Amino acid sequence: MDKKANPAVTREQQLDLYRFMFLNRTVEDTMTNLFRQNKIVGGLYSSLGQEAISVGTTYALEKRDWIAPMIRNIGGLLVKGVRPRDIFTQHMARYTSPTLGKDGTSHFGDLKNLHIVSPISMLGDLIPVMTGVAMAGRYLGQKIVALTWIGDGGTSTGAFHEGVNLAAQQRAALVLVIENNGWAYSTPVGRQVPIENLADRAKAYGCRAFIEDGNDVEAMFTTAREAVRLCRAGEGPVIIEAKTMRMRGHAQHDPAEYVPKEMIESWKRRDPIAMYEKRLAAAGVLTDQKKAEILEGIHAVVQEDLAFAENSPFPPPELAESAIYCEGALLVEPQWERPVAEVTPPRSSVKAEWHKTEFDEFQADAIEGAGAVPSSGRAPSATIPRASGDGAQHELVGASRPGGTVPLRGKTTGDGTKPAGRTPSKRPAKSAPPVRGRK
Amino acid sequence: MALVTLLEGIRQALFEEMERDPAVVCMGEDIGVYGGAFKVTAGLLERFGWERVIDTPISETAIIGAACGMSYLGLRPVCELQFVDFIACCFNQLTNFVAKSYYLWGAPVPMVVRAPSGGGVHGGPFHSQNPEMYFAHTPGLKIVYPSTAYDAKGLMKSAIRDNNPVLFFEHKFLYRRIKDEIPGGDYTVPLGKAAVRREGRDVSIVTYAAMAHTSMEAAAELAKEGIEAEVLDLRTLAPLDKEAILASVKKTNRLLVVHEDTRFGGIAGEIAAVVFEQAFDDLDAPVRRVTALDTPVPYSPPLEERFLPQVKDMVTAARELAHY
Repeated sequence: MDKKANPAVTREQQLDLYRFMFLNRTVEDTMTNLFRQNKIVGGLYSSLGQEAISVGTTYALEKRDWIAPMIRNIGGLLVKGVRPRDIFTQHMARYTSPTLGKDGTSHFGDLKNLHIVSPISMLGDLIPVMTGVAMAGRYLGQKIVALTWIGDGGTSTGAFHEGVNLAAQQRAALVLVIENNGWAYSTPVGRQVPIENLADRAKAYGCRAFIEDGNDVEAMFTTAREAVRLCRAGEGPVIIEAKTMRMRGHAQHDPAEYVPKEMIESWKRRDPIAMYEKRLAAAGVLTDQKKAEILEGIHAVVQEDLAFAENSPFPPPELAESAIYCEGALLVEPQWERPVAEVTPPRSSVKAEWHKTEFDEFQADAIEGAGAVPSSGRAPSATIPRASGDGAQHELVGASRPGGTVPLRGKTTGDGTKPAGRTPSKRPAKSAPPVRGRK
Repeated sequence: MALVTLLEGIRQALFEEMERDPAVVCMGEDIGVYGGAFKVTAGLLERFGWERVIDTPISETAIIGAACGMSYLGLRPVCELQFVDFIACCFNQLTNFVAKSYYLWGAPVPMVVRAPSGGGVHGGPFHSQNPEMYFAHTPGLKIVYPSTAYDAKGLMKSAIRDNNPVLFFEHKFLYRRIKDEIPGGDYTVPLGKAAVRREGRDVSIVTYAAMAHTSMEAAAELAKEGIEAEVLDLRTLAPLDKEAILASVKKTNRLLVVHEDTRFGGIAGEIAAVVFEQAFDDLDAPVRRVTALDTPVPYSPPLEERFLPQVKDMVTAARELAHY
């Protein structure tokens, strides 16, 4: 991605990004203390060193957009408008928590106001769910974008594959951020997958991808902003791989002795908050006075919310038996932002047949190429149908011929990210940019 | 009043609900242009278009997940699984995501998963199963399994209008074999209510789906011997209509539970437990079960016949109960 193409990040946005990262870390530091005091009921996961990803990507969204956090995305919750007290009470299993104590960690959501979908512990499942959110948003005419995250480990699940494939087939307005923090619990990414860049898989799905420095909050923000723009323009889904490092164990119980010390030390020098602070200070954006102001504001809200959480009761036992079924009305009735007449007869009526615009022909050079090189050099087809709402979904050229019309030939480059052979004629392949600040 | 099949009853319900409510959309494999493997969705695409009748990739997890996400914005998706056997492919999405959503964080999931189920058509071990109890065991899901065309239509309408995830089992043996007079116009059949198919005083046969018909045959046989069986069709397995079961047992004092599902962990065990706990004094005989064997569904006709509960098994069990 060409950085110069992005409009500058304003001073106000820079301070916001800084503030949210600092808030994210303060909230988590506070919970680490609570954990040591035995006040966290279950496990505690840390996003130390990954704050730039949650904060930067969520900051690219509008209020109407939807997110689904994973356990290391507390920063995303804070940017979306969740108060620290909700995060504290969740972890402390209190009655005042968003789930009333029925679940912990970041397992909570808010359908109606903040548009947050709660995660579950099984990895990958949010991808099809958020694809559905995006599909429903388009159907209702809402022009929303759905954003969710997945770790490097989660990309190996079946749900990841089914979800990304459906999103790509539907051209869903989904931004999927892969947080490649190097470790799936104790297993390094190189032992999970035989490829260097998880974003390379986007080519096989026929969607766009960016690779970005996950410790650079402005890079995360501007890349996510571009991804959101593409999604809103009907060019989704977009995958962003954020290269980062998990600076703690899988959870508090895990000392992560399997991580080489030098690796931690080297990544400590790339702490996203310290780096950004330095940058903003050098640019004169973050003065000592401004910093003191921000920290004071964060301290005040965190202390207030901590007191609230500590003074909150546990739920009454009988709550365990409540609300198996929804007996009342829906929280969210469909918000139509397009004429309903467009999706009801007679206007909705169509001829039920596939319209194939061209016939599949045997392509000898495709076979020849496939035998010679890995298929990762394949670029997305220019003929994949656009949004199902535009009536073109039935032009199944892309689906009937995976990979589209471009025959694969030639060799890939050493990093496997760029096709060296022919490129599609209609839409250029989005090749991954090098990771900034490394190598 | 028109005579329609169970399949047609479901199709009518989908049509009428999509007509009534633009929030209703259908998705699944081959449901659009092709009209579904059993043609239950035939004609929907022509009328409601590509946005509301969505042909998906072969991705059961993605279908259920996407439907769940759609329901969060107030839509009412109806998913088709081509055969209910493939529900195993989306087990996690259903039991961990969909079923727990409302209990844990208050997010209702108004969606329907409909799927052809059951044996007797020599479909073999992967196209004949009755996996309802995996899901009856999961709090948060509703499970519907109709036996008549009238019920199928009315229950499907209730399922679509319900604010909870509903698994709707469609017995494929009954699809085109069962016909009912169905009134014109809108009607619903409530979820969670059993129906007495035949009144009797001597023994209660509690059952559902295709076995409701087999049980009626058994009841006719028993009547020739002077044994009057009451046949109770559950229609919904979750929530279970315990009141109707207990009322019938109080009347007949003898209980036979019949299902096409396998025996171990089948709903007969749960029903027997409910009756032992709440109506033990009303029983004049031990509760009996007639069920499928505890094996996979075998393919060859003589094997499948041995696997499935037969009329003679029910007659024998009911007779023994009556003379206990």
